[in-house]
Amino acid sequence: MSLFDWFANRQKVDATAPEPPEREIADGLWTKCEACGVMAYTKDLKANQMVCSNCEHHMRVWSDDRIEQLIDEDTWLPLDTGVAPVDPLGFRDRKAYRDRIKEAQAKSGLVDAVQTGQGEILGEPLVLGVMDFRFMGGSMGSVVGEKLTRAIEHATNQGVAVIILCASGGARMQEGMLSLMQMAKISGALERHRAQGLLYIPVLTHPTTGGVTASFAMLGDLILAEPKAMIGFAGRRVIEQTLREKLPDNFQTAEYLLANGFVDAIVPRTQLKKTLSQLINMHRRPESKVAVGSATGHNGTGSELAGNPSQPFNESLNGSASMP
Amino acid sequence: MAAGKRKPLVLDFEKPLVDLEDRINRIRQMADENGVDVTEQIQQLEARATQLRQEVYTSLSAVQRLQVARHPRRPSTLDYIQTMTDDWLELHGDRRGGDDMALVGGVARLDGQPVVLMGHQKGRDTKDNVARNFGMASPGGYRKALRLMEHANRFGMPIITFIDTPGAWAGVEAERLGQGEAIAYNLQQMFKFDVPIICTVIGEGGSGGALGIGVGDCLMMFEHSVYTVASPEACASILWRDAGQSGQAAEALKITARDLKQLGILDELLPEPVGGAHSRPLEAANTLKATILKNLQELQALPPDQLRERRYQKFRRIGYFTESGEAPRPAITE
Ligand SMILES: [Zn+2]
Repeated sequence: MSLFDWFANRQKVDATAPEPPEREIADGLWTKCEACGVMAYTKDLKANQMVCSNCEHHMRVWSDDRIEQLIDEDTWLPLDTGVAPVDPLGFRDRKAYRDRIKEAQAKSGLVDAVQTGQGEILGEPLVLGVMDFRFMGGSMGSVVGEKLTRAIEHATNQGVAVIILCASGGARMQEGMLSLMQMAKISGALERHRAQGLLYIPVLTHPTTGGVTASFAMLGDLILAEPKAMIGFAGRRVIEQTLREKLPDNFQTAEYLLANGFVDAIVPRTQLKKTLSQLINMHRRPESKVAVGSATGHNGTGSELAGNPSQPFNESLNGSASMP
Repeated sequence: MAAGKRKPLVLDFEKPLVDLEDRINRIRQMADENGVDVTEQIQQLEARATQLRQEVYTSLSAVQRLQVARHPRRPSTLDYIQTMTDDWLELHGDRRGGDDMALVGGVARLDGQPVVLMGHQKGRDTKDNVARNFGMASPGGYRKALRLMEHANRFGMPIITFIDTPGAWAGVEAERLGQGEAIAYNLQQMFKFDVPIICTVIGEGGSGGALGIGVGDCLMMFEHSVYTVASPEACASILWRDAGQSGQAAEALKITARDLKQLGILDELLPEPVGGAHSRPLEAANTLKATILKNLQELQALPPDQLRERRYQKFRRIGYFTESGEAPRPAITE
């Protein structure tokens, strides 16, 4: 992964930036922008969703931050939090996979590399999946595959949109072919969701690569990306080695994908909540329809939609199904 | 990528076997020249050769299987198609401005029945390999494959795919044209088709590039084929930080047909002739044809909605995890 290169490229230090007291930097009161070098008061930066107000650089945020940034207060209900990784292959490289899992769990406080749940975005109901790069590079193994598949199936049953925030180095090698097969599993679940006439939007954040790019990241009805996010199928280094030449700076950036027609829009993080809610609202069918049948039921074309009176979401969640 | 180097036709572990065969030939030649009767000795030596071949090929390590899977003489997609089918016509083009030679396909009759067949195509010699990019397909290849699958679906013809690729092509042009999107879209669309889909790893199943034509009702693999999430070389250089550890990575990744059967990924393991498919390609082709026909018969008995449901559930089950069930969960409408 060329994350380091990516950051290195962006380091244009602004000498005019005021230097805050060292003590306060150490305490984390101040945060330095990796891109422009400007110091910002951490509290302000957080209020701006970790987007540098000087250069618009989007700093890393984790799944908890994302959920907080996007989901309306008191509407979030996590799904399948008990699904946890095992070591099906007894895999050991320089370290045992079991130990890697434990370390990643201790370090991140997460069970695996994705959080899923249902909630609302400015009153719009949805199912949300958020990948977390802290957990083994956001890699996709059985747990990521299972949780995303269940989340999509849940959305299909509830008749709501799915949003997945992608951040991943690709398939998790420590689970071998089981990881590769999750690509197909999730894609199959998305096919069923789509067949019910429901909306799916992946949001590609830095970085989205490998098996994730070759599956659910590219299967959106609409595809959004964060500015400057690195998005690609093959690793930059692999391509460089094959071609023995330097690649253009914007190669595999969100802007590159936009120019080549693979992303619908680049949306700054601070606009994401509003944009998503507007899109979900715009794509709601005149009469909200709930699909008949279960996830294991017959899955055909949109013509099989049941014309049930609208019961857009699990009512126990928010008491009422209020639509704007 | 090491694909550019011309590989020796004799694999390391085959060496004792080849030496023994050479010896048998020399003795036979000498006997002919001198008029000596050596029938008994020859018979003994040949029995030993058969035994040795059996021993070598029944105890192959993952790395050795990888070598067999990549053997330059291993039957390719076109070899199998031309051997197994009648009235084969290769169909070209992705209708988007290209024709990727690394992924071929067309229509033919299989035991009288019209089918659409396709697969990654490695070259049969160096020149051919360059033209076919060593079986590494570009986005156009996956789009051509999808176009042919849609054609099959439209005319109710079963889809037969052959997987044999080191991986999808990793290059600037492939990225620009959306390699990820091309594969992703195939994965999703393959769940939609009403016709049976049978996928066979005939050689090397390299990651997403293999899966891009690998979503079906039945996954088959030849005994010495491999199917892997990442090439052992790439895995070693990332996880061990040493590409030299690819042998260890190959073992750890569980890439052999037997491993994948145990993991619940593989449906049907196809036995190979002793000495590998390349030693008796016709025998391998017969096995392949017979097993495809057997599975087709079962799958064609299912109505389309059941077939699609079965396909979905087949992939739905794949994965290992634990579940404590401690978390609150809203009731999902059953
Ligand atoms: Zn900045």
